[in-house]
Amino acid sequence: MREREDEWTGLMRSAISGDDAAYHRLLKAVTPVLRAAARRGLTRAGQPADQSEDIVQDILLAVHLKRHTWDANAPFAPWLFAIARNKLIDALRRRGRRVFVNIDDFAETLPGEPAAETAPAGEVEAQLNSLPARQRDVLQSIAVDSASIKDTAKKFAMSEGAVRVALHRGLASLTARLRGQ
Amino acid sequence: MRMETDQLIRTLAADNAHRARPVGFVLALALLLAAPVSIVIFMTELGVRPDVMTAMRNPFFDLKFVVTLALAISAIAISLHLSRPEASLRGWAWLLLIPIALLVAGIGGEMMMMPQRPPMMTRMIGRNAWNCLTSIPLMALPLLAAALIGLRHGAPTRPALAGALAGLLSAGLAATLYASHCTDDSPLFVATWYTIAAALVAAIGALAGPRVLRF
Repeated sequence: MREREDEWTGLMRSAISGDDAAYHRLLKAVTPVLRAAARRGLTRAGQPADQSEDIVQDILLAVHLKRHTWDANAPFAPWLFAIARNKLIDALRRRGRRVFVNIDDFAETLPGEPAAETAPAGEVEAQLNSLPARQRDVLQSIAVDSASIKDTAKKFAMSEGAVRVALHRGLASLTARLRGQ
Repeated sequence: MRMETDQLIRTLAADNAHRARPVGFVLALALLLAAPVSIVIFMTELGVRPDVMTAMRNPFFDLKFVVTLALAISAIAISLHLSRPEASLRGWAWLLLIPIALLVAGIGGEMMMMPQRPPMMTRMIGRNAWNCLTSIPLMALPLLAAALIGLRHGAPTRPALAGALAGLLSAGLAATLYASHCTDDSPLFVATWYTIAAALVAAIGALAGPRVLRF
């Protein structure tokens, strides 16, 4: 447990100093933990646990957009779990349930826990279609068609800088729309 | 179009190069942009008291600024701390004792240094109580809006508390302006009316926090 969390902190430090691969690995590594905690929260609130994927995506977006509030001298896990807990409470509240979410729900998850059946997420997807065309095109190209920033720039005859701006704005407005729903 | 979590993760990683400004920077910028609004309210509605040159020789006049700035700075420090999701008040709340301790010291100092002082109630009620109660919140509101915008850039997971601190910091700044207008310099007056005014703004911030600070 301790080791895992130290590894996350290391990966996040690398990510912030510009290592995109480390960031990718970190997000991949935390996702099963977030998913397990979301399932537990849903179950406790009497909701179907297979609805966890929307919450997971919501948490990942918040982690991404708020990562500047992480202090690189502090361990990463408490910061992550605080964001996750906040988002989980929010999601359960939106579903009309008030539950107490324990921070240990996140920390307790064992790395080897088997993957559970999960329904595909729908909320991010639904909001994607309401984005301005340029942001949607760029997000679609990078997320769905797995194109690089460079290839996306070429495809839409944009500069790489403009693609980066559209990508970031797209993620930010997605999050704003999820919050407003 | 579908968005699997793996695809979302890849997309977020592609945006890794984006760097957001620190919350402190955004908070400072927002406050700087809102300050002229409060200053215009001050200039048109209140203005600096005419005897300010004489007043500056009165330590109790000067103490007002020390107290209000201590409140503003402590509240800024705490609200920046609260803009981190894992933050709690523990280890930080004592900062708010600084302005309170300064006021208590001032009240004691007035009793010892001014044997010919007017009676306690006269000093406490003063002549500007109503003005104090309305002007400080009025000048604080633009700053409160700015502070909330600044904190929105963070990730406060206790939004009511963060909103209250935003209220205190804006009240501290507004009270600093107001202090140069007001002719009531007794620490008893400050302890009573400035405190009520600041609590009022803090309450507005606490109500606004959960609405605007969600992320």
